[in-house]
Amino acid sequence: MKNPLDSLWGTVIAGFVLTVILYYIVKSVIGG
Amino acid sequence: MEMLPGIYRWIHIMAGVMWVGLLYYFNFVQVAALKAAQSDSTAAGITKHVAPRALFFFRWAALATWLAGAALLGSNFVAAFMLQAGFQKIGIGAWLGTIMLLNVWGLIWPNQKKILGLVQATDEQKNKARRVAFLASRTNTMLSIPMLFFMVAQTHIPM
Repeated sequence: MKNPLDSLWGTVIAGFVLTVILYYIVKSVIGG
Repeated sequence: MEMLPGIYRWIHIMAGVMWVGLLYYFNFVQVAALKAAQSDSTAAGITKHVAPRALFFFRWAALATWLAGAALLGSNFVAAFMLQAGFQKIGIGAWLGTIMLLNVWGLIWPNQKKILGLVQATDEQKNKARRVAFLASRTNTMLSIPMLFFMVAQTHIPM
């Protein structure tokens, strides 16, 4: 499998995906 | 004294713009420019005259950003890094920024010194350094996206 960080846009997309994942984790922690 | 938090925030944002701005310059501009420049043998201009200057401001701006951020957190520093109630969002931002700072000083800069010939390295070591520095830089570009989100979210994005 190709490393998404080898591509600029793969890097940007990975950043947005990570943001969404962390958003839901933090939201679930804050919301209890 | 009451001006200090505002001054810390100002320095934090100013240095952060320089740090992330240069990070985006490396990833969005210089990587592709170097690739193109290698085909007409003009890459030396970038590696000799541009990259060292950009790296100087990049690594010191990273440190200044972190220090000003720590000063801004003040007595809430531990609460943020321990992700205590009310500090989870800024805490995630602070952790991501800290990982990025460690990437700059622990991976990107030591490997760039080999690539730019500031320290002695064999061709094999230079090739390995190129890959490590590239991936660390790309990792920071990826992490900058949620880092900036959570820095903004602490005050401006309800969850």
